[in-house]
Amino acid sequence: MLYAILCYHDEDFVGSWSKEQDEAVMKKLAVVQEKLTSQGRLGPVARLLPTTAAATLRKEDPPLVLDGPYAETKEQLLGFYIVDCKNLDEALDVARDLGAANPGGAYEVRPVGVFRPGGNLT
Amino acid sequence: MSEADTAWIETALTSARPQAVGALLRYFRDLDTAEEAFQNACLRALKTWPQNGPPRDPAAWLIMVGRNVAIDEVRRTRRQQPLPEDDQAISDLDDAEGALAERLDGSHYRDDILRLMFICCHPQLPATQQIALALRIVSGLTVKQIARAFLVSDAAMEQRITRAKAKVAEAGTPFEAPGAVERSERLAGVAAMIYLIFNEGYSASGDTAEIRKPLCEEAIRLARLLLRLFPSEPEIMGLTALILLQHARSAARFAGDGTLILLDDQDRSLWNGTMIAEGLALIDKAMRHRRSGPYQIQAAIAALHARASTPEETDWAQIDLLYGALEVVQPSPVVTLNRAVAVSKVRGPQAALDLIEPLAPKLANYFHFYGVRGAFLMQLGRNDEARIAFDRAIALANTSAEAAHIRMHLDRLIRDSQPKAKGA
Repeated sequence: MLYAILCYHDEDFVGSWSKEQDEAVMKKLAVVQEKLTSQGRLGPVARLLPTTAAATLRKEDPPLVLDGPYAETKEQLLGFYIVDCKNLDEALDVARDLGAANPGGAYEVRPVGVFRPGGNLT
Repeated sequence: MSEADTAWIETALTSARPQAVGALLRYFRDLDTAEEAFQNACLRALKTWPQNGPPRDPAAWLIMVGRNVAIDEVRRTRRQQPLPEDDQAISDLDDAEGALAERLDGSHYRDDILRLMFICCHPQLPATQQIALALRIVSGLTVKQIARAFLVSDAAMEQRITRAKAKVAEAGTPFEAPGAVERSERLAGVAAMIYLIFNEGYSASGDTAEIRKPLCEEAIRLARLLLRLFPSEPEIMGLTALILLQHARSAARFAGDGTLILLDDQDRSLWNGTMIAEGLALIDKAMRHRRSGPYQIQAAIAALHARASTPEETDWAQIDLLYGALEVVQPSPVVTLNRAVAVSKVRGPQAALDLIEPLAPKLANYFHFYGVRGAFLMQLGRNDEARIAFDRAIALANTSAEAAHIRMHLDRLIRDSQPKAKGA
């Protein structure tokens, strides 16, 4: 079984880390990741850019684009995509296409800061 | 308490500070009382958090504890004085914390932080006092840290901050919730103040760049905070993008000996890719609003530089157009001077020189004017005139790095004007 592990934390708090603190945390995480990699168990790893860089597409008709992250609590996170796009508009176009195929709910479109594709898992 | 515990708590206190001090200021209506209350709450946090674990909402915890401690203080010192309403000291913090967090609804929280930032950019305060005050009361840097970043003594900085606070107190703080126009004016003032903080760090010379870097980082943190409060303001997106894109180049801006390296000569592999990605994403977002402004235009210019993987790939024609747009919204001879650099790349040095000649009277004491003019003259082969311009630039240089940079041009001129063997 594949498991997705989703990372939650207070953005203000993490944003207040000094560069050294941030690097120290990443280094400790890398140790855990390397172990998983050597066992062939680690898929993609992504660190997202701050929520200030996000836009949200509400899958209404017509779809509505709002600035900022998805802030509602009544819906749940059901899945995610990683798509290579030239810019935000292109990413929103992809989200619109997906939304047309599956209306209702919303997509938060957030740029990825760090991406490691990881091994091929099946 | 282990060092890791203390570091964790300090980070939590730093990140909660703007919200907590902002709320305490609204409650006490006095900056010194608010700061003292926050300080006391922090001391309590250092005592109890390691044992009890972190509160779910550190800002709410600090606001409540700060309020209670200050009220106790009032009760002790002025027994006759009536207490503020709502003076029930709450003993079980964990239960009450959630309720208080509920009461700190979004708009209050937003205006609290905006007010705290806004009182620092009072028009009567000179820029350096605005910055110092913001770093002290919004960011919570110590006087020592700020003094270090400004390269002045602790005593001088203490005095500067005390003076700034006195002026703020005299001017009176606007406590009523702002209307839409008032709010957008405050927002513009705060944005300008954040950009001042950034520039204070960014305009450092090579030998002090490392010491002043925290100013740039703090400006980025404040800009992101402001953008989270006002997520749909394209100019705040532009400001955040602008300073991220500029700061992304910091590792490439100075040579080992502290001399400034110009954009064209920077090792672009040293640029911070993540910061650039964030900056570009923010510009993309801002552009969708079709409400242009000076920060967005400057960020768009910085973005064109960031997108070019080599100097040759830079889209100078677009940069020329963007500077043209900036001249319309924010006319200034300095903007025209910057535009001239783009013009020289697109239409050659003569067109660029023609553009800046009329600026001479206005920029007669401006270092960059003579540096840029000298460079255009040099490109045109008018070496004697170039040398005069460079000499003038050196005389006007503000930092040793600026002077050293022009001297490099001069050396090149002298070298090039000497007879050379063919093919050398």
